[in-house]
Amino acid sequence: MSRVQGVIAVAAVAVAAWLSASCGGGDGGSEAASTTTPGGVVNPAATAAALTEAQLTNGIGPVTKVDLGELDDAMAARGHDVFSLKCAACHKMAERYVGPPLGQVLSRHTPEYVMNMILNPAEMVEKHPVVRDLLAQFMTPMPNQQLTSDEARLVLEYLRSAQVPADSATAGK
Amino acid sequence: MKTQSKRTVIVAVTAAAVLGTLAYACRTGGAGAGGVPSDVALAVYVAPGQQDEFYAFFSGGFSGNLTVHGLPSGRLLKTVPVFSQFPENGWGYAEETKAMFNTSFGFIPWDDSHHPELSQTDGVPDGRWLFINANNTPRVARIDLTKFETEEILQIPNSAGNHGSPFITPNSEYIVAATRFSVPIPNRDVGIESFADDFKGTLTFIRANQPGEMRIAFQILVPGYNYDLAHAGKGPSDGWAFFTSYNSEQAHTLLEVNASQKDKDFIAAVNWKRAEECVAQGLGSAMPAEYAHNVLGEDRLARSEMLTSVTVLEAPTCTDMVYFLPTPKSPHGVDVDPTGEYIVAGGKLATVIPVHSFSKMVVAIANKEFEETIDGIPVLKYESVMAGEVQNPGLGPLHTEFDGRGNAYTTAFISSEIVKWRLGTWDVVDRIPVYYSVGHLSIPGGDSRQPWGKYLIALNKITKDRYLPTGPELAQAAQLIDISGDKMRLLLDFPTMGEPHYGQALPASIIKDRQVKMFALEDNRNPNAALGEDRAGVERKGNAVHVKMTAIRTHFNPDNIEGIRVGDTVFFHVTNLEQDWDIPHGFAAMGAQNAELLIMPGETRTLVWVPKRAGIYPFYCTDFCSALHQEMQGYARVSPAGSSVALRWGTGGTWNTATPVANDGN
Repeated sequence: MSRVQGVIAVAAVAVAAWLSASCGGGDGGSEAASTTTPGGVVNPAATAAALTEAQLTNGIGPVTKVDLGELDDAMAARGHDVFSLKCAACHKMAERYVGPPLGQVLSRHTPEYVMNMILNPAEMVEKHPVVRDLLAQFMTPMPNQQLTSDEARLVLEYLRSAQVPADSATAGK
Repeated sequence: MKTQSKRTVIVAVTAAAVLGTLAYACRTGGAGAGGVPSDVALAVYVAPGQQDEFYAFFSGGFSGNLTVHGLPSGRLLKTVPVFSQFPENGWGYAEETKAMFNTSFGFIPWDDSHHPELSQTDGVPDGRWLFINANNTPRVARIDLTKFETEEILQIPNSAGNHGSPFITPNSEYIVAATRFSVPIPNRDVGIESFADDFKGTLTFIRANQPGEMRIAFQILVPGYNYDLAHAGKGPSDGWAFFTSYNSEQAHTLLEVNASQKDKDFIAAVNWKRAEECVAQGLGSAMPAEYAHNVLGEDRLARSEMLTSVTVLEAPTCTDMVYFLPTPKSPHGVDVDPTGEYIVAGGKLATVIPVHSFSKMVVAIANKEFEETIDGIPVLKYESVMAGEVQNPGLGPLHTEFDGRGNAYTTAFISSEIVKWRLGTWDVVDRIPVYYSVGHLSIPGGDSRQPWGKYLIALNKITKDRYLPTGPELAQAAQLIDISGDKMRLLLDFPTMGEPHYGQALPASIIKDRQVKMFALEDNRNPNAALGEDRAGVERKGNAVHVKMTAIRTHFNPDNIEGIRVGDTVFFHVTNLEQDWDIPHGFAAMGAQNAELLIMPGETRTLVWVPKRAGIYPFYCTDFCSALHQEMQGYARVSPAGSSVALRWGTGGTWNTATPVANDGN
């Protein structure tokens, strides 16, 4: 086929494709759909949005500032109940389980980050580079367990009460 | 070069021809396969990621289920199990659901569901619930449309063949149930030839607008005919309900000949507000009856109660309650137009579609224009109540729905077509063939005060050559027809599950944003729930072994169990600890002689397992839940009867042997 023929054929195919697309009536608007399915499964092709310094430090979500006072044992006890019901199936304090051990989580992350991870896990898994790395290690995405902000605060207080020194955290089975 | 130029021309001409064809098809909707214009593809195309405009609910006929489709795509979205056990999600197999199948005849695992009916407010479908009938062992069910789940089933006593059901009144005050088969009432051992003396029909009114408390308000005893279908009045005719009957010949054998002798049978017009007055005045009688009422409660546990009495009304003692409208000829459907004035009969064997006038009926009753009285029921004169007859409506007219623009659409079973005609002039204005043998039809809201008259669905019994063949039984099907213009246009065929007997549809916007996404763990009241892994455990009570198990992505706790013995009955009580939308976990155990469990987030369901032989039995999650779904498994060890292997269980290598901490509140 000569170059001229080739050009004509290619042009015809292109126009035909364009016409077909016009026929189809697709608006193309759905291309920008969410990169995360309702099940929290991440599309690996998604590019992490550029995060602010505050988001990298405190996570992505509704919590921007937590005021920690003295440890409140009553709150921590209530937080333990919530943790037992909704979190303990996957997280232990001193050992790697379905998810990472949490016995030193407050050495690694700010209280705001911890609460945002509880309250907004889908977006954290999708966009935060630290959480994306965790997913690559653990393979099971952190699910949304539908805690209220108050419940997440109680769990934070429980985690404060359950933090362990560095050497014992690595001594888990 | 010459040859090259020639080739160039050929390529260019071919390209131009292709472009021309595409452009033409695009512009005009040129004819495509099967004589269907090619532009109809656009009318039903729902692009990937886009959602349908309507929900359509089709009865599964002899499947006993309900299927949910999207329109206009026809895509199947869900099967909602109702009257038939459904191994796919454990409905009727999981201990928490078994009571839904209780009847006075015991546990009934199957039925034949025909007519879905949406709840209404002010005569308009409101998307709260959908009701559906069971034909074989007479029952009605209520399906909640925030969960797409059957929540309530009420048995109908003094009935046989609950076909004329569950049509609804404009504010969901009542759904109705009419006996297709007349039987002795109360049922008893009599000679079949005593039909004319001993067999009766009943028209039952069931309170419908109080969820969990469906109750039979009253039953009306009527002559022993076959009562087939019904519709409630609306607008001016609100307060009335209309039931077709056939077999006024009272044949009890070879009905296809013997029940087609008379020129006319009857539509029974029931003044249900008058019936309410009679009940209030104590004119009814309490008749002993035995019938089950089953409710899936807020606590996700099905419970069953056996009721023992119904209030029965009879025409001689409650006058002005029932009238017969003579109607040719073995009428099938009875459909009331959106204004409430016209009562359209599907004169199955008639050559016309007879239409009665509600206002003429009221005048005729006032003037006592009666032909005769049967068992205390006045028979009005046909000419006194008839509004008109549609001539040449096709062979075998069965059912009619409306578009809200003064048009009626009637199915013709024998001639396989939909006939469009005008209310008031009775002129046929359009007709379209359907493939084949159409029974019901459905327009969204098409039996209500306010149809959404964009689409019509033909529900066809026979498809013959329309689909790839599949052995002796071929698909049954729906066909989507565009009714927005003057001429009906066939848009789409799509197969349906079971027999697509009748369907109802409504705009998706009414219910799609009201969906229950999960059940809160905090609200889980199942006495066998393990609310947290620290509550999981195993307990032996004699030969019963209760396993309180948790499931979360991606493991069970416990996932190793030892100490089960042949002769034990094992109860797997599995609690799904997820609180995320659309994360059910499944549970299946090798050798289980029932089904799997499918456990919604926050819910507990129980599978009974009776291992027959010693050995190791894997169990696993059946619903693909995460990247580590294949790791979501466990082992149960079964030892011989009398074995001394200790009962122990665990997950992650730690074995437990003590009875777990009792769950607070249980």
